[in-house]
Amino acid sequence: MAAPCVSCCRGLSYRLFLGLRVNFAQRQGYWQTLPVDAQTAPESQILRLIHTTVVTTKKNVSASGRDSYTEDFIKKQIEEFNIGKRHLANMMGEDPETFTQEDIDRAIAYLFPSGLFEKRARPIMKHPEQIFPKQRAIQRGEDGRPFHFLFYTGRQSYYSLMHDTYGKLLQLEKHNDPFPQKTESMNPIGSRWLIKEELEEMLVEKLSDQDYMQFIWLLEKLLTLQYGPAEEEFIQRFRRSVTIQSQKQLIEPLQYDEQGMAFSTSEGRRKSARAEAVVYERGSGKIRVNGIDYLQYFPITQDREQLMFPFHYLDRLGKHDVICTVSGGGRSAQAGAIRLAMAKALCSFITEDEVEWMRQAGLLTSDPRVRERKKPGQEGARRKFTWKKR
Amino acid sequence: MLKGVRKLIPRVHKLDPGCLLRMSTQAPRSITTHSDDQLPVQRPRAICRTPESDPVKTFGEACLMVRKPALELLQYLKNTNFTHPAVRYLLYGEKGTGKTLSLCHVIHFCAKHNWLTLHVPDAHLWVKNCRELLRSTYNKQRLDQPLEASTWLRRFKTTNEHFLSQIKVEEKYIWNKRESTEKGSPLGEVVEQGLMRVRNATDAVGIVLKELKRQSCLGRLQLLVAVDGVNALWGRTTLQREDKSPVAPEELALVHNLRKMVDNDWHGGAIVLTLSQTGSLFKPQTAYLPHELLGKEGFDALDPFVPILVSNYNPKEFESSFQYYLENNWLQHEKAPTEEGKKELLFLSNSNPGQLERLCAYL
Repeated sequence: MAAPCVSCCRGLSYRLFLGLRVNFAQRQGYWQTLPVDAQTAPESQILRLIHTTVVTTKKNVSASGRDSYTEDFIKKQIEEFNIGKRHLANMMGEDPETFTQEDIDRAIAYLFPSGLFEKRARPIMKHPEQIFPKQRAIQRGEDGRPFHFLFYTGRQSYYSLMHDTYGKLLQLEKHNDPFPQKTESMNPIGSRWLIKEELEEMLVEKLSDQDYMQFIWLLEKLLTLQYGPAEEEFIQRFRRSVTIQSQKQLIEPLQYDEQGMAFSTSEGRRKSARAEAVVYERGSGKIRVNGIDYLQYFPITQDREQLMFPFHYLDRLGKHDVICTVSGGGRSAQAGAIRLAMAKALCSFITEDEVEWMRQAGLLTSDPRVRERKKPGQEGARRKFTWKKR
Repeated sequence: MLKGVRKLIPRVHKLDPGCLLRMSTQAPRSITTHSDDQLPVQRPRAICRTPESDPVKTFGEACLMVRKPALELLQYLKNTNFTHPAVRYLLYGEKGTGKTLSLCHVIHFCAKHNWLTLHVPDAHLWVKNCRELLRSTYNKQRLDQPLEASTWLRRFKTTNEHFLSQIKVEEKYIWNKRESTEKGSPLGEVVEQGLMRVRNATDAVGIVLKELKRQSCLGRLQLLVAVDGVNALWGRTTLQREDKSPVAPEELALVHNLRKMVDNDWHGGAIVLTLSQTGSLFKPQTAYLPHELLGKEGFDALDPFVPILVSNYNPKEFESSFQYYLENNWLQHEKAPTEEGKKELLFLSNSNPGQLERLCAYL
């Protein structure tokens, strides 16, 4: 875990204090796993232990368990993971060589079925890199002298990164002619800069917003200059690709009934209402719901406005006939479900662009809102019991 | 929604036939119709009757749309044979399709042709929410409703004033120790008596109905009985006696007399009835067919009748209704005059006149 480094001295004293406590609290299991060379002298031992211990203010160390994992420990975990992977593959009757992470997930879900709602609480088996948080490597030598020249700045990784980047910038400015020409930039589409959290994770250090912005500013400046492949690679480390919203709306195929009229069917859901709509290509704008005219089924104007929305948006108000069935939910949920079903069914009659417009208008997205669960100790999902002063 | 209608009717007979009058707000409620009955194509106007946003008041005029069911009815009425027993015509249809207004149209027509119109604007009002129920003096089993009866008498008086002096009563009626109506006195006296002595109002109503029936049988006048919400006469009531026991409709004197009126045992006129789910008691909302709303008893009582279905607007009617609103600047929304606005309204209301009116009220 990244050691939050407010300021060196203050943190040090903190850690000193708590490290002692840790020392007394956990004796047996913890220390034995530590490598022997770390425990040379008591003082340096305490210092080092403290340094590697992740100590934040007011952190309940015992509750969070052991925070520092040495390299050997991690290596051992990786070995165990691999062996376990092969065992699992054997158990499932698959080939151990080509057993991927997805197969592992599936196997675990099969062997340990869990009814827990929170996905993160279910049993997982992943590579230790993903489970154990990234640690800082040992930063001082045996004599107490730190390895990195920027150690005493407090945030050595961040400052060294800024130093490198600025160095590259100066170099490029020197090499470039006074008229900087922009090369074709690869950034506009498809990738973005790292966000602050990702950068923190990479550097294993806490950053402030200003630091982050400074860094991004430097990178942007670098982009404006001509750079070679080395710089390109450097920059690419800090970009992530953005997945384009390319979920294609599933377009229902048209079906033809006896008279040769084209129609298309689809379903829609909202809360606990389920609806299925059959939209005919040519018609006069009549809608029948469960065999009843929509004017009688939905006496409230609001519901009929919901039904009107897909057609009105595409300007096809009087052109299609619809027959739908709906069940469950209340009147508003049923109206929403039918609207979704109709919009989806309409997709087969319109152009791609119009499908995209509908998607952007939110006609093709099913509403994820469901009734929130009532919690114990409260009267409803959010409402608390009446607070009485005494 | 029928309040507007109630106010409409008293002025019917003051209209000069055939002209399109737009009266000022002082006398707001005159019905103008395009008297082109043969061509159902011409639909110049539409009428609106919500009391809250009453375009009648706003426009200073009340207009009806001439539609097929009404035209059909008028055709039948023109060919009524006054020697045969009165034919019953029943207007039925979904909620908000225009049954009441078709009835108004028919009443207006008959008034123009000098029939005597007996209009009950909503029979449901007689079977619910009655403040006073008195034991009838005439018949011990029945119950009186003085308030409703007096209201109705007032309307009747304003609607058919010129008839009241012409019709003469055939019998002597004794109201109490001091007052009585002699034979041969005009009907107006009976009505006055009912209005003055509210306790006798129900009996006055009964007498009026009986006399009118008799007179029309004798051929002295043509009678049109128009009842809106006739299914109230055979349904259940929400009224209770003092001991909380429910009251059946037969026990109400008004209902009893009206039932006798709606029977086809007299001749010299016609009976036009409308079913209405809106004010009905204990009936499901989707019911609109005669046998559903009338029940077995009512259906048998009304059988045989001529059913006339009133349905939603067809495209032309919708168009003309829309144009009427536009012309009178009823639709203030900027998108309203456009084609898309019209299509939206068409979809949202599904060409139902009632729905359209409610929607346009907001715009």
